[in-house]
Amino acid sequence: MIDLDFTESLLKHFTHVTKRHHDDCLTLDCGESDVNKLFLHLRDEETFDLLVDLTAIDHGETAEFRFSVVSHLYSRIHRDYLRIHSICEDNESPKFPSVSSIFPAANWHEREAFDMFGIHFSDHPNLKRILMWDEYPYYPLRKDFPLAGIETPLPAADVAEVTNASVDPAPMMGGPFVASSDGTMSESEPRAKDESWTEESEKPS
Amino acid sequence: MTANEVAYNGKVEGDVIVTKADAVINWIRKHSVWPMPMGLACCAIELMASAASRYDISRFGMEVMRFSPRQSDCMIVAGTVTYKMAEVVRRIYDQMGDPKWVVAMGACASTGGMYRSYAVMQGVDTIVPVDVYVSGCPPRPEALLDAMMKLQDKIGRESSVKNLSGVKEAAVAS
Repeated sequence: MIDLDFTESLLKHFTHVTKRHHDDCLTLDCGESDVNKLFLHLRDEETFDLLVDLTAIDHGETAEFRFSVVSHLYSRIHRDYLRIHSICEDNESPKFPSVSSIFPAANWHEREAFDMFGIHFSDHPNLKRILMWDEYPYYPLRKDFPLAGIETPLPAADVAEVTNASVDPAPMMGGPFVASSDGTMSESEPRAKDESWTEESEKPS
Repeated sequence: MTANEVAYNGKVEGDVIVTKADAVINWIRKHSVWPMPMGLACCAIELMASAASRYDISRFGMEVMRFSPRQSDCMIVAGTVTYKMAEVVRRIYDQMGDPKWVVAMGACASTGGMYRSYAVMQGVDTIVPVDVYVSGCPPRPEALLDAMMKLQDKIGRESSVKNLSGVKEAAVAS
């Protein structure tokens, strides 16, 4: 477990880093400019040498800082996790320093965050989409993107020409499948939330 | 010739069988359907089960799964077709020689299934002509075998030259 001494000495060493209160594991707020230094220090001096996850959050269009990047580190010596939360200062074209030179595992995680949220990781060796195709114009996990999708041409123009197919918004009849966060586990399993509308049931707003 | 003889008798008929070309060609085709397993998700596991000993698809003459589209007659689309994969599915379909058939196996390949999402094509029939749809998520091997037998019936009923895509397109154009 991480003890208080560790946290205090780390906060003394990095004066811009602040502590955030979370019940599960120690969470630190760190600005984008300090991230590389903090990661290097944690990996080499504090034995946090395993990058468990790196992802992003969209706090919504009205938030003061819309995007943040969250990483989880694990130390086999402390036997504990450490979460680092960093705000992206630019809401329009969010940027973030890549940590893939420190943790090679971050390479694909950052590509996924770029693909889904449009966060540009500077100095990334190969920043391109990982799940959607290269020409896809949207970032699907942003709050303003509808689950059903937006009409777009198919990735292959010749196939689209022959089949007359395009990327269409999915019908929401019998869907989407969503999990409720409360209740017992058997109750909170993903269920079909029927968002189709007919003469009897009104269109959900 | 005895009255109760019902089978073909070479001595009496003079080694000649009179039939229709369609009947013979379709009979040959329907008993040697070579499937191309387009396994894209969990349905592919059930597809493998139907090829294995317990369900044994070879009882119906379709055990020769070919991984080359050039050698196969029937594409079994088993799984979720994403928009990114749709291009590949169509190209492999185009590479198959005529005549060819498509089976949409499971809810995802038929309609998009539970994936009402921006990334998933809502049914593979958007890009390729589907002959048989199989319901289920995933369908049990028996359901796939039933679908394949339905496909055999369909092959048996169609005109043996009309299912060539060149002919189809010419017919549409005229």
